[in-house]
Amino acid sequence: MNLAIINFGSGNLHSVHKAFESVSLDLSNPYNIIVTNDPKEIQSADKIVLPGVGAFGDCKNAILNIEGLHASLEASVIKNKVPFMGICVGMQLLADLSYEFGTHSGFGWIPGEVRRITSPKEYKIPHMGWNEITFSDHKLFDNCEQGSDFYFVHSFYFQNQKNEHSIATTKYPDQITAAVCKENICGTQFHPEKSHRNGKKIIHNFLEWKP
Amino acid sequence: MLKKRIIPCLDVDNGRVVKGVNFIDLVDAGDPVEQAIIYNAEGADELCFLDITASSDNRDTLLEVVKKTAENCFIPLTVGGGVRNLDDISRLLHFGADKVSINTAAVDNIDLVAEAANKYGSSTIVIAVDAKETVENQWKVFTHGGRKETNIDVVTYCNEVAKLGAGEILLTSMDRDGTKSGFDNKLLKAVTSKVNVPVIASGGVGNLSHLLDGILEGEASALLAASIFHFGEYSIGEVKRYLADNNIPVRI
Repeated sequence: MNLAIINFGSGNLHSVHKAFESVSLDLSNPYNIIVTNDPKEIQSADKIVLPGVGAFGDCKNAILNIEGLHASLEASVIKNKVPFMGICVGMQLLADLSYEFGTHSGFGWIPGEVRRITSPKEYKIPHMGWNEITFSDHKLFDNCEQGSDFYFVHSFYFQNQKNEHSIATTKYPDQITAAVCKENICGTQFHPEKSHRNGKKIIHNFLEWKP
Repeated sequence: MLKKRIIPCLDVDNGRVVKGVNFIDLVDAGDPVEQAIIYNAEGADELCFLDITASSDNRDTLLEVVKKTAENCFIPLTVGGGVRNLDDISRLLHFGADKVSINTAAVDNIDLVAEAANKYGSSTIVIAVDAKETVENQWKVFTHGGRKETNIDVVTYCNEVAKLGAGEILLTSMDRDGTKSGFDNKLLKAVTSKVNVPVIASGGVGNLSHLLDGILEGEASALLAASIFHFGEYSIGEVKRYLADNNIPVRI
């Protein structure tokens, strides 16, 4: 089984790669993990992970600037229903639209918009650090406890158009989407690769997920 | 609720820890990777490496340390010390750092803050500020490891870097650093009350109540400490239990 981690020049690729590798090696059949932006390799992947740090528009442009990358993602994820996980901005990119530094269109795979967090003054922005989540019944949260902590760092959040696509939330102080899912497409606002044991559970569950 | 973060910091010189801990189960007390792994297991919320290698020729020793740490510790890792430009940041991120802290280079060239934040995201860019009280209730920014005084007001500077895209400020009181007399909570409060990005308190921790004061009086989002952890005075777990007992939200 191949797992492709998409490399479009986003910062913390090494962290994501090492976390997935570490969890995968504990499986009876570890994945062959490739870090790639090659459309052919992406189309042959059994699972796809899209990490992302930085601004929404920059990430989107970086993806569009790699020839064939966006088309190969669409072909795999939308047409062939390959299980997909977006992390942080990689999750926000699933939305229709983002208002971060202007207005940018996203992939439009999960309906909704990415908006700036509005919070009272004593709540610093970015929302940075460990915060607890509440999740609904979903494979991604197998063996997780309600209220467990995950590592977040973001100033914008995914406002889902349909409640059913939000599978976990956190509070800062208003409710914020912490994870999304629609069919074979999931994503987390928090960083599972930086969330210690709880993060490893999420990665494990994604590797075992058969949507 | 968002938790207050406890961040152990390791000074690294030529790839070796300075003033290392003598944990019982440590094979090599000078190996930063081994110490990082222990802090990670103890429940540290993040890790911080400060490279104090004098010669830039030997800086690559840190990259190997960062790489090995990232392969073993799945919590955020901030690396700073001698970061001059976008290439330095890019290299550290490539080797596995999650955040990079910039000190003197940001004072010398404030545009670097915006360039770095635009390229790598605010979440990746920590601005480290060395502050010293020059007149009562007024703090100036110092650079070059605290050796050089500038005429820049700390609160003004912190506001400016936050507006330019810094995701976080690592604020060290030079007056308190190494004294074990507690954080400079007046300095912290002066910055946290005016600046809308998280502030990490640094410099002066000697005991548990100092940590609590940094949160209650200084209103810091996170606490950085070196010696109290390194010399085994307190474990991360003890610190967190103490804070939790005092109604501070921490990740246990």
